[in-house]
Amino acid sequence: MAIRSSLLASLVVALGVLGCGMFASRTAQGQQPAQDLSEKEIERYRAMISDPMSNPGYLNVDRGEQLWALARGAKNISLESCDLGMGAGKLEGAYARLPRFFADTGKVMDLEQRLLWCMASIQELDTKDVIARRFSGPGRTSDMEDLVGFIANKSNGMAYEPQLQHPKEQEMLAVGAAMFERRSGPWDFSCATCHAAEGKRIRLQGLPDFSKPGKAAQETMGSWPTYRVSQSQMRTMQHRLWDCYRQMRMPAPDYASDGLTALTVYMVRQAAGGDIQVPSIKR
Amino acid sequence: MNLIKNLVVAVVLTGSAISLVHPASAQQASMPKIDPAIVEAYVAGTWKNTSEAWRARVVQDETQKICTATSNEPAGTLFDQIRDTEKATVVFPADDVVIGDWKRGAQVAQRGTGGQFSDTDQTPRGGNCYACHQMSKAELSYGTLGPPLTGYGKDRKFDAAEARNAYAKVFNAMSVLPCSQMPRFGFHKFLTEQQIKDVVAYLFDPDSPVNK
Repeated sequence: MAIRSSLLASLVVALGVLGCGMFASRTAQGQQPAQDLSEKEIERYRAMISDPMSNPGYLNVDRGEQLWALARGAKNISLESCDLGMGAGKLEGAYARLPRFFADTGKVMDLEQRLLWCMASIQELDTKDVIARRFSGPGRTSDMEDLVGFIANKSNGMAYEPQLQHPKEQEMLAVGAAMFERRSGPWDFSCATCHAAEGKRIRLQGLPDFSKPGKAAQETMGSWPTYRVSQSQMRTMQHRLWDCYRQMRMPAPDYASDGLTALTVYMVRQAAGGDIQVPSIKR
Repeated sequence: MNLIKNLVVAVVLTGSAISLVHPASAQQASMPKIDPAIVEAYVAGTWKNTSEAWRARVVQDETQKICTATSNEPAGTLFDQIRDTEKATVVFPADDVVIGDWKRGAQVAQRGTGGQFSDTDQTPRGGNCYACHQMSKAELSYGTLGPPLTGYGKDRKFDAAEARNAYAKVFNAMSVLPCSQMPRFGFHKFLTEQQIKDVVAYLFDPDSPVNK
């Protein structure tokens, strides 16, 4: 506990330093230099908080490890026989190859869909409560965020290897690409509105270009799941996409729906070869 | 440099055939082919638990369909078709006064809330212009998805016809540039007539920081 609070204290200090730096850049500099300086300060802030030893996301990883081994459900057994694509219970490199086709369900599934399926079929766990707690909040932990943190972490240092051989995986890729460009809603937005050009930003926030394979997609996918300092929570790609649709003025997409998996297949394809280091820590 | 920026803005606003170039279109060609009906089935499945009122937002209108199918580069008759359709939707104020209060316009330009599923009906709505555009030089937190609009009215000599064009652009950007990335704020009734007038004032009032 002492360690934890000192970690939090150093985070607060880091944030304070960032705030001062940005303030100074706003007042003392002209327009373009101020922008550059803000960018540099944000980079410095990222470097400061990007330390596994002070990343609260690792608390989720620890909880996820316990949840993986916890016997529960009607069958009162753990998830340790769950096959995430590498064989029953094999976690190393599983996240780097998800989403993928599973013969036992006849479906392409992302990690979260697969975990929910394992809970329901192996443990015979009623997943209603797990789904209700899909996104953590004050006083509410999320089994899914914890498990994803633990399992994704087992692919650290590995590269994304998109699984696109199976016809269903090809279908998912095509659907994801189409959904990426599909405009609708009261703001006429699609994912491509913000994520189809290099070096663009919303306000001061840089936007990764997902319209083509490469560094931007690799760095983004390679750093999710992540601990969001602004939300004080671990977040998975399911949450990121949910939040994108919120800002697009679209309705909330269904958690662990096939459409979100299709988008993830598309994004992982653009991130092929990208190095995985998770949980990362972000703004 | 400023001249070039202004030229770009002028060209976009006069509705030339230059469309926002989308690198996505080139790479989508390398994607496997898919029946649009399958895509729509996935879309329906993604918002299955959505209320009837909200699900309308998932349904595309004809213009959104064409822009999606052409990666925002509608050619020839499609371009003209969208421009004509969208132009017909623009409703100018009854008294033809398109310039409101620039101070309230500044709030509309700054505000990024309203209309999200995390908002309520009471949440004030903004145009969130700064998310994509530079406007007042004093505001450093601006996005770059749209062209910079600094000195907008001044560069147009505060011309009344240009102010009217700007009103039409904010009301329905696609009436000027088919498949523009900018939301059709008036068409969707997302902003009120008064809010659009106030935003036009923010662009055209000589006292507005946009023109300083």
